[in-house]
Amino acid sequence: MSGTFAVLVARDLRLAARRRVDIVLPIAFFTVAVSLFPLGVGPEPQILRQIAPGVVWVAALLAAMLSVTQLYAADHADGSLEQMLLVPGARIPVALAKAVSHWLLTGLPLVVAAPVFGLLFDMTPAAIASLVAGLVLGTPVLSLLGGLGEALTLGLRSGAVLLILIIVPLCIPAIIFGAGAVAAAESGLSARGHYSLLGALLIFTAVLAPMATAAALRIATE
Amino acid sequence: MSTTLRFFRFASPAAFYPLAGKLVPWFSGVAAILAAIGLYLGMLRAPTDATQGDAYRIIFIHVPAAWMSMLLYVVMAFWAAIGWAFNARLASIVARAIAPTGAMFTFLALWSGALWGKPTWGAWWVWDARLTSELILLFLYAGYIALVSAIDDTRRADRAGALLAVVGSVNVPIIYFSVIWWNTLHQGASVSVTAAPKMASVMLLAMLLMTLAFWAYAFAVIFVRTRAIALERDNHAAWANDAVARAPVRQGASS
Amino acid sequence: MAGDQAADAKTPADAVLSVQALECRRGDRVLFAPISFAVGAGAIVWIRGANGQGKTTLLRTLAGLSAPTAGEVVWTGAPEIAPRPLYLAHANALKEDLTVAESLRFLLHLAGQHVDGRVVEAALERFGMASRKDAFVRTLSQGQRRRVALARLAAQRELLPWLLDEPFDALDAAGVELLAGVIAEHARRGGAVVLTSHLSLPIEEPAPAIVELHAPAFA
Repeated sequence: MSGTFAVLVARDLRLAARRRVDIVLPIAFFTVAVSLFPLGVGPEPQILRQIAPGVVWVAALLAAMLSVTQLYAADHADGSLEQMLLVPGARIPVALAKAVSHWLLTGLPLVVAAPVFGLLFDMTPAAIASLVAGLVLGTPVLSLLGGLGEALTLGLRSGAVLLILIIVPLCIPAIIFGAGAVAAAESGLSARGHYSLLGALLIFTAVLAPMATAAALRIATE
Repeated sequence: MSTTLRFFRFASPAAFYPLAGKLVPWFSGVAAILAAIGLYLGMLRAPTDATQGDAYRIIFIHVPAAWMSMLLYVVMAFWAAIGWAFNARLASIVARAIAPTGAMFTFLALWSGALWGKPTWGAWWVWDARLTSELILLFLYAGYIALVSAIDDTRRADRAGALLAVVGSVNVPIIYFSVIWWNTLHQGASVSVTAAPKMASVMLLAMLLMTLAFWAYAFAVIFVRTRAIALERDNHAAWANDAVARAPVRQGASS
Repeated sequence: MAGDQAADAKTPADAVLSVQALECRRGDRVLFAPISFAVGAGAIVWIRGANGQGKTTLLRTLAGLSAPTAGEVVWTGAPEIAPRPLYLAHANALKEDLTVAESLRFLLHLAGQHVDGRVVEAALERFGMASRKDAFVRTLSQGQRRRVALARLAAQRELLPWLLDEPFDALDAAGVELLAGVIAEHARRGGAVVLTSHLSLPIEEPAPAIVELHAPAFA
């Protein structure tokens, strides 16, 4: 079944390369969303430094959720998803492959872009490092949960808003631990506890979410 | 063995309908009586608290409501999962019937929490661990209701809802833990708004009675809703048309 | 009874697919009266029915994508064949942003066929699309996309049973003839074919057996 996984990820990456705007859009949204906060809150550096981790994490969550509809919707519409699910035992590799593709195309760019926003918010180097580390552990969780949400809402008219409503409560632990890590780093404390929690959360999600997503795919396509 | 078989007979909507119909008035009555006693004890007989005065009495609504909201979520997930695993239609219907009541109790818990917070701490809302968890629970209920409402195909809706409810249930401990963690990090409100005053036994009794009252109320309301959904889903079946035909016609109602 | 036709001339022992009292549902609606038929090696079965009667749902159930409401679907035959029939849906499953060759190779890869460029090209050639193998799918017409989707049939080496949903749709006269030839050839080699088509089938040999879907008995 690793064959299915590899073929799918390769195909999704190739499709993204042909349609580069799809990679840029989540980053653009992320940039706009993050930049709105100073406009709303005021330019005082002390306040910005304090809200920075929360703002970056929430914006990352929203950016990830908005781009997740692309994971399955197109394949569902043109019949590719059906063909993928025909392969015996393919549901879990499909779910995993989709989550990995989504992370490579949305999560990873967010991780790379995060230091820039750290500078916009005048964060210390230690804080920026901890922000990036947290995002590395947390964005895959968002991709996995986003895949579950998209599989549950496959083909529904309500689309992204319904998906966000369903999935965001499940993402709250990741936000808390991720933003908490930065707060700890900023006050000079060790963020190790937060990283451990994020890591545990990642493992837990990586093991269970593909199974749940596979079940959701079955429910949606039956 | 024969008792089990007789019990499973009620697993069909058609058989459950009349049974539930007979039970609803009993549950309603029990709920009303228990609530009356519980409120009397809580509002009038329990001693005034030294620090919080009489405002703390909202606890007799807040805590039972919070307990019910959490209990109902798990029960909802349980029946939804049973309906999914065993293709048991009545179980799926019950799960759907529970959701609005569970959401209502969550809302009630949040409201009563706010009413408690205002005189005690001067703010309508405090982001302490338990209130924040209740808020997230409300989101979980809202997500479930939104999802099952958005799917037209009832079978797919039931199953997708079941999966979401089970995933939610698994996540509730994690979310609760993370919220407590979050709350201890940001030591704003150092004492929880929902820290209950020391419990005199009459207070405990009042809370217990209110919990049981809410429980009986929930049964009554959920049974009514289950009957309605069962009628709706089986509207082609003979039993449903018979039941509607036998229902008393209200004065002045058009046919 | 019309729904109970045995669709092959061979004995049941040769049956590749056996369907017993099958009932399917879409949403809350039971789609058709219970149906039973058997498909033998080398047989072509033509599923017919009114619009919305459940032809597509039936094929999806045979393919294993949906579970039936009642009855059973039994695939027999050599272990390498069962239970993985080749299912071509009404939708082409081609990505607009991939080239024809990439799309076909992806679909074959999914089905477990690791093919090289020559096999892909030969399959496309069979359906007259080899010249467009490096064109993006979005530049093709509906009929051309259909041909590319059908090229999977020509790349088949194993004798898998075929489940085809409206395969002749969007094809021009030449395409229809091509496909008919491919299907007949598959049947002659011993492969089974179950298909739906609202147009009459231009296949004479082997003569397709007809299975009609009827509305369920109650309202």
